[in-house]
Amino acid sequence: MRRAGLWIGIVLVALVILAALVSLVWTPYDPLQVQPTQTLQPAGWPHLLGTDGFGIDILSRLLIGARTTVFVGVVAVSLAALGGVPLGVLAGMRGGWVSEIVLRVSDILYAFPALLLAILLAAAVGASTLTAMAAIGIASIPAFARVARAATLIVMTQDYILAARASGTSRWTISVRHVLPNIAAVLGVQASVSFGIAILAEAALSYLGLATPPPTPTWGRMLHDAQTYIFTSPIQALWPGLAIALSVLGLNLLGDGLRDHLDPRLREAA
Amino acid sequence: MNLTRTVAVRLLVFVASLFAASIAIFLVVNALPGDVATAILGFGADPASIAELRARLGLDRPLLDRYFSWAGGMLTGNLGRSYLTNESVSALVAPRIGVTAWLVVVSMLIAPVVALPLGMLAAMKRRTWQGAAASTASQIGLSIPAFYAGILLVVVFAVTLRWLPANGYTDLVDATGRWRPVPFIQHLVLPVLSLVIVQSSVLTRYVRSAFIEVLSEDYFRTARAVGWTRWRALWRHGVRNAAISVVTVIGLQLATLLVGAIVVEQVFRIPGLGTALLSAVANRDLIVVQGIVMVLVFAVLVINLLTDLSYLLIDPRLRGRDAR
Amino acid sequence: MSPLLEVTDLRIAFGRSRREVAHGISFSLEPGERLGLIGESGSGKTVTALAVMGLLAENAYVSGSIRLAGRELVGLRDSELAPLRGDLMSMVFQEPMTALDPTMPVGRQVAEVLLLHQHLGHGVARGRVIEILAEVGLEDPARVADAYPHALSGGQRQRVVVAMALINRPDLVICDEPTTALDVTVQATVLNLLDAALDAVGASCLFISHDLAVVSQLCERVLVMLDGDIVEQGTMAQVFNAPNHPYTRGLVATARLDAVTPGERLPTVEDFYARQARR
Repeated sequence: MRRAGLWIGIVLVALVILAALVSLVWTPYDPLQVQPTQTLQPAGWPHLLGTDGFGIDILSRLLIGARTTVFVGVVAVSLAALGGVPLGVLAGMRGGWVSEIVLRVSDILYAFPALLLAILLAAAVGASTLTAMAAIGIASIPAFARVARAATLIVMTQDYILAARASGTSRWTISVRHVLPNIAAVLGVQASVSFGIAILAEAALSYLGLATPPPTPTWGRMLHDAQTYIFTSPIQALWPGLAIALSVLGLNLLGDGLRDHLDPRLREAA
Repeated sequence: MNLTRTVAVRLLVFVASLFAASIAIFLVVNALPGDVATAILGFGADPASIAELRARLGLDRPLLDRYFSWAGGMLTGNLGRSYLTNESVSALVAPRIGVTAWLVVVSMLIAPVVALPLGMLAAMKRRTWQGAAASTASQIGLSIPAFYAGILLVVVFAVTLRWLPANGYTDLVDATGRWRPVPFIQHLVLPVLSLVIVQSSVLTRYVRSAFIEVLSEDYFRTARAVGWTRWRALWRHGVRNAAISVVTVIGLQLATLLVGAIVVEQVFRIPGLGTALLSAVANRDLIVVQGIVMVLVFAVLVINLLTDLSYLLIDPRLRGRDAR
Repeated sequence: MSPLLEVTDLRIAFGRSRREVAHGISFSLEPGERLGLIGESGSGKTVTALAVMGLLAENAYVSGSIRLAGRELVGLRDSELAPLRGDLMSMVFQEPMTALDPTMPVGRQVAEVLLLHQHLGHGVARGRVIEILAEVGLEDPARVADAYPHALSGGQRQRVVVAMALINRPDLVICDEPTTALDVTVQATVLNLLDAALDAVGASCLFISHDLAVVSQLCERVLVMLDGDIVEQGTMAQVFNAPNHPYTRGLVATARLDAVTPGERLPTVEDFYARQARR
């Protein structure tokens, strides 16, 4: 029963990644070809999910949208991890004022949610996928730094660390060979959570027109377009939102499942 | 004695954070490549007009200069003047703060009221279907973007049932001084609901795990031994003990709530800080962007400070060694 | 006079696998009597006590009969059992450091018993609270009443817990190793306090411990539990002088270390009762 969550999460996430990959080689219809005669067709046949206000097949646009979602998520989370993990490990290993500074700075960064940062960047240099990814990535650094630091602190109390230091191993080698592998699992959980947050942020930015510009379909943008037809064809809004919700749900379930899986083992190690 | 020291440290950190944030905002807006004047006038404009606009907007002054006059101005409530309309940014922002505040504050008040009983239920009955249902509902609720919840609510309540308006906003007190509570509330119900759905889902999860911890504590068993039923023991002794982790989350969530409000304002076309910010971005009115972002960050930092200070009220153990 | 507490064929099992930890326990307790329950960890003594109070975990299955003052407790819902707790029966737990709510002054926690069962107002209750805090030997009871748990020592907190258990003059007080977690020097004082308080209230006591010496100070009769069964029942004199079960003999021998000739090897329970491998 408890494992059900983890498996549902894995399936949902796999579906989204599959959609993104499939879209690279094939979509049922051309996602960019406007078909003025086919606008707002209902779901069914030949268009599985119907067509939008431009007559474009919704399913095809969803598949392409998955691409952006996955891409932005992966890049943003990677950025956050690359920035946050070294900071966190450093703070955990050094302690003292280094730790304090990292904590304080991450506190300040917490006051800037991804969206706000993205809006700032968009205002400064113009909106694009790049600004969205950069903003979301930077905004997620504190989360990774904190988790990495907390996990590092636990690892540092273990005997094998003392043994390594006693035998003269350099701090750098210790961090790479001993700390990182042992905090990897916890970081994996955080990555899952941050990915979900990244998707939500990207969707909001796309909705506001502050991420990937049209005509490339993104789920957020599709929701924005759907709002225009909300009185005539309300079902338009269902599909892209559902895609977003299921992706995030999948990632959250995955993260929770991983955490539950790790928890009893974490306690044993302590 | 220790209490004063703790409070003083917190205040100091607050001021330092405010300072650091203002520098960060200023740098991002002004130090990154991309010329404001060119953006405003368009790429085809001639260099002379661009240079003239730059001079008029004060963009040719050194960065440090401009920062200090902006920051200094803020201390007196002066956020500069719009690049486009030359209107005072503060005058632009002031009425909108109230609008956004209504949205955010009401959501912030309702969300815990929903999350507390739901989380308690999810914790107490976690091995039965009621607890599982509460848990699942919250899991779904936080996977939905707030603006999607808003759109769905519009589809259900505005389009299908026609109970509520799909967008727009009415002031509580209109220009003639008349109170108009009914349209005011009507326009706010769906936006607030979209924010509450997401916020209460997040809070429910934290409430649930905090109460699950309480259930395993010895003092919970003592309370039951005194004669309280499970529910009442949880209520009397659990709430205060769970309060700390829950209050932490509420504080952390405020930043998320604010950005959620920004997007929801767009969905429902509510004239708050969010819509002002977004149109300033579209118009490249950077000084307005700076000002509004600063206001938002200020609000978040203040709430974080208040949250921190409220711990001292809730948990007597944190008040220092004055008890013995 | 009918017994205050009558336990018949009590069986307690846990979890879906219905792992049984008590295999048909039967004993009774007269009004005003002090009954000791001896056993090591895992013997089932604590779950028996929790079963009487109705405080077992939700995955516990209880069968058999527990009658308190003639009333059947097995099968009652929590809402029906709760009014009896703190009123007819109360409990003193083992660990005083975590037994109290850290966010509430101890006086208020003691007063809760009166608020709940006697519907007394705060003012009147406070008077009674200070009275009983003095009775359990706490100095400056008014200050203690306003203090938070973290400001009190383990011994003080345990006295507060005893006060909570006795303030409403229950008929039955169950004590689960109340002195085990305390410093040796404090143990004796708390035991004396319990003795005096139980007399003053006229309550029966089910005293659980692993230490026969401690039980012998307080109780007239004793039960010995081993792996979920009661292997011996009798008065203190009987159990000490003429124990039936070899396990009891081992317990008595190890309790009477002063009877060992110097130079001789100290006795262990295994000398008397070879345990089979645990199931």
